[in-house]
Amino acid sequence: MKDLPTVQAGDGDGSPASAPIQVAPGKLMATLGIAGALAGLVIVLVFEWADPQIQAHRAAALRAAVNDVLSDPASYRSVYVTESGLSDAPPAGADTVNAEKVFLGFDAGGAPVGYAITGAEPGYQDFIHLIFGYDPATRRLFGMKVLESKETPGLGDKIYKDMDFVTGFEGVETPIVGMKQGAATGAANEVDMITGATISSRTVIEIINHRVEALGSDLGEHAATAPRAPASPDPALVDEAVEGGVEGP
Amino acid sequence: MRETTAHEDLIRGIWKENPVLVQLLGLCPALAVTNTVPNAIAMGLATFFVLTGSSLLVSLLKNWIPSEVRISAYILIIATFVTIADLVLAAVVPLIHKELGAFIALIVVNCMILGRQEAFASKRPVGRALLDAVGTGTGFMIAMLMMGTFREVLGSGSVMGYSLFGENFEPWIVMILPPGGFLTLGFILLAFGWWKERHSEAIRVRQWPHGVASGEEVA
Repeated sequence: MKDLPTVQAGDGDGSPASAPIQVAPGKLMATLGIAGALAGLVIVLVFEWADPQIQAHRAAALRAAVNDVLSDPASYRSVYVTESGLSDAPPAGADTVNAEKVFLGFDAGGAPVGYAITGAEPGYQDFIHLIFGYDPATRRLFGMKVLESKETPGLGDKIYKDMDFVTGFEGVETPIVGMKQGAATGAANEVDMITGATISSRTVIEIINHRVEALGSDLGEHAATAPRAPASPDPALVDEAVEGGVEGP
Repeated sequence: MRETTAHEDLIRGIWKENPVLVQLLGLCPALAVTNTVPNAIAMGLATFFVLTGSSLLVSLLKNWIPSEVRISAYILIIATFVTIADLVLAAVVPLIHKELGAFIALIVVNCMILGRQEAFASKRPVGRALLDAVGTGTGFMIAMLMMGTFREVLGSGSVMGYSLFGENFEPWIVMILPPGGFLTLGFILLAFGWWKERHSEAIRVRQWPHGVASGEEVA
């Protein structure tokens, strides 16, 4: 195709063209094609630089969260959730980073202390991602931490800013029952909900109940047969355990 | 069009033609992510980076971009800078990146940025385009800071997370919610309009000290 000379179709301020368009379509496509390729190259280069740091931030956030909800275990490692139950080894052919897993914590003597379990469900604004520490032997929680939430500032965000609500999950028995303020009867499975953030606080409770219900018997079976960890924490195990980032299942 | 000086190109966007307070452009981030000062600063810096980078490239490449595809090409350039800003913020300040959420990606459709490319950078030499972008970006940042400070002080009783009024202060939660953005912008525009009117009145009185109110005398 013969290239035609470029003619300005308008004067650049949005006024209609006074001359017919004479730029060859090939030139227009080439311009956008080259620009797109260059843009793609730049983005890939920046991504290559940024991605390891983004993954490291996610891993650090998850490591801190696991430590929080299992009350600073000496070490912990990944346990994979498979169709046939929990498995210490990743399922054959599975992507170990993105496979669904829970984290088993050990005390200084190498004995299992409990599981850190992630979960996510829609709250009032968007998905609430959280992690909680759970002891299958007593069916009680060690604690709960919200990993990601876009709940309303000043109201729904109390699910992680209101310390009375957050600490209310420490030692609570499952299945958890949310109680309105002042209605608590003192039972071991009650948590006070937040006035003005009923949907957000109920979602937190439901995420935990649903995850315990889904994994409960598997966790019990796995805990009974779980191998003990080495007495000294193994950093390699810890690092391996957090590679998957903070995303919920 | 009157030719402007370099000085005019730089300061025009900062105050006289401030993108948010005068032109009412870029209101989406100005309303959405000014609930705290750190968020306002991060969004201001990200927008500044995208605007100056885009203006530089558009001005450099203006002779190579056919006018028929100029808008697509500008959007491509802007989107590239926005993606870079998004990745860099996620890598360097992950908590602020999380707070700003989708609004970083939405810088692509900030009409202030595309507007400066179409109205200025695509017609002027690189130096002038950069001055204009720096001025406009600074003006945007000033507006974001004004809104962020106003909203954080009233909505959280703090500035940059430092408490100002002690525990007895009851925060005006509405100020950090979306309605607070509209209320704050309304108040700031009102104050800005009032100040402009007073300013032009003062100039008029200085120029015509014996009164020209009736209009006939001027004519």
